[in-house]
Amino acid sequence: MPRPPRAGGKRRPVRRKRPVGARRPVRRPIKRKPAKMPSAPWEGPLPEALRARFGEAIEETTLLGGQKLAVGKVAAAADMLAFLKNEQGFDYLVDVTAVHWPKRERQFDVVWILYSFADNERVRLKATLPEGAKAPSAAGLYSSANWLEREAYDMFGIEFEGHPDLRRILMPDEWEGFPLRKEYGIVQQDVDWVRENLKIESAQ
Amino acid sequence: MAATTLAPPPVGEDTLLDSNELVLNMGPQHPSTHGVLRVILKLDGETVRGADCVIGYLHRGVEKIAENRTYQQFAPYVDRMDYVAAVSNGLGYCMAVEKLLDVEIPARAQCVRVILTEVNRIASHLLWLGTHALDIGAITPVFLCFREREEALTIFEKYCGARLTTHAFRIGGLQYETYDTFEKDCLAFCDLMQEKVKEYHALLTGNRIWVRRTKGVGILDAADCKDYGVTGPLLRAAGVPWDLRKAQPYCGYEKYDFDIPTAQDGDTFDRYIVRMQEMGQSSRIIRQAVDSLPSGPIKGKVGKVIKPPPGEAYVSIEAPKGELGYYVVSDGSLKPYRVRVRPPSFVNLGALDKMSRGNLVADVVAIIGTIDIVLGEVDR
Repeated sequence: MPRPPRAGGKRRPVRRKRPVGARRPVRRPIKRKPAKMPSAPWEGPLPEALRARFGEAIEETTLLGGQKLAVGKVAAAADMLAFLKNEQGFDYLVDVTAVHWPKRERQFDVVWILYSFADNERVRLKATLPEGAKAPSAAGLYSSANWLEREAYDMFGIEFEGHPDLRRILMPDEWEGFPLRKEYGIVQQDVDWVRENLKIESAQ
Repeated sequence: MAATTLAPPPVGEDTLLDSNELVLNMGPQHPSTHGVLRVILKLDGETVRGADCVIGYLHRGVEKIAENRTYQQFAPYVDRMDYVAAVSNGLGYCMAVEKLLDVEIPARAQCVRVILTEVNRIASHLLWLGTHALDIGAITPVFLCFREREEALTIFEKYCGARLTTHAFRIGGLQYETYDTFEKDCLAFCDLMQEKVKEYHALLTGNRIWVRRTKGVGILDAADCKDYGVTGPLLRAAGVPWDLRKAQPYCGYEKYDFDIPTAQDGDTFDRYIVRMQEMGQSSRIIRQAVDSLPSGPIKGKVGKVIKPPPGEAYVSIEAPKGELGYYVVSDGSLKPYRVRVRPPSFVNLGALDKMSRGNLVADVVAIIGTIDIVLGEVDR
């Protein structure tokens, strides 16, 4: 049944929430505690063995969100990788990568992810590196490091000392700049390279 | 991308007829390289002395894009890496962000994720089988495999509207509830595969040409697999029963009963057998998951704005091609600070040089096929 028309066709007065001209009340932001990833000190035979062996060079051993993380000094990283491989059975180098933190004094985090088939255990080793410094190569220990380090070099410009064949892998050889550094813009290109090789005048 | 010249034979190594090494370019425009892979082969007669891969033709800077998108916006991009196993890619990324957020995923969502990922594993293996056989010279399997793959893609299409780059999962669970005949379709697909795998076996397994082209070709033993970081069916074909679904179960894989197919020799034929058996195991998982599909919500407690706390997480899953890992670093903002993809294809391709040395040129085609690479994932 249709609703009967309103009597007189009167308009309902508009209800204002606050008088005209009054200031909008200030909304205070809700203060929340900054969230944190659950982290705990990593205890057990492995971190103790690492600390006993490398002492000061191991800066931190944490369980970050349940994942094992060891932060060490880059100068000792080669020995740590060799120790983990040869004495602790981490026979599979899962990944080598880096993170760029331009505001920090030591700009780069180099991350090695290792896995042990025997113990079904995964460990992340991290070392910080200033701009221009070299990281040790794991290519002598693990063949998989060859390509992974080439990619880290290609994207961040981190040189791995002792790598047998350190050259770009994904970007063209003559490319200038390292795309995954934070100062490298998302649409930035090596204009000269694009003009010369792709014959695109605008280089876009 | 290196320039290469004719090189004299390495000191201390005799070549046939004492000639120079012949350098042969294979690709990037070559039908057996599955995309744009260029391999610079160093040959002594017909024997391969070295294979240098030139990759990057398909590089799109996915990791850079990630840093400039919000967490949700980046999710569809991961499907474009390994585009024949887009569901696995999406699962890995969602799980990595969920790890950062520390959220619980409802049981129903987990179960649907398992079903779709396993359907995708079969689809990925089917594409591998068809193209691998085609590379070696058997034309029939590719038509049969694509016919069955169509059924898998239809399930995806009915579920989320997309066939290839599905973006089936969302951070926190699922976007869509399953459609009405989802369970029936999945079971029908399993029944179909059970029949059709027999057909593929009849075509290939006893086929003398197939056996001669694959047995003893591209051997990679267990020690080399570990050294080169090679995972997935390649590692299992070398006799290591290692599968992340068993080793470090995720998504409730520990609830399902399945075996890890392995073989001993680590050659191309063994990898073929392992992948064929994996299709059967995936069907087993799908059947169990469909039977035990719980009811309930499909999305966990995730807000509309995804803002993980500062921190980092590495989460890896068993993709059809091996260990697919996501290393996500958060600085507490709306966009990921860094997303690193640990692609199985890229790492496995690193062993091509090792695998092809001493084999013939024609075998390189078989070896590239057996590694099962997707160049979208190699180059990212």
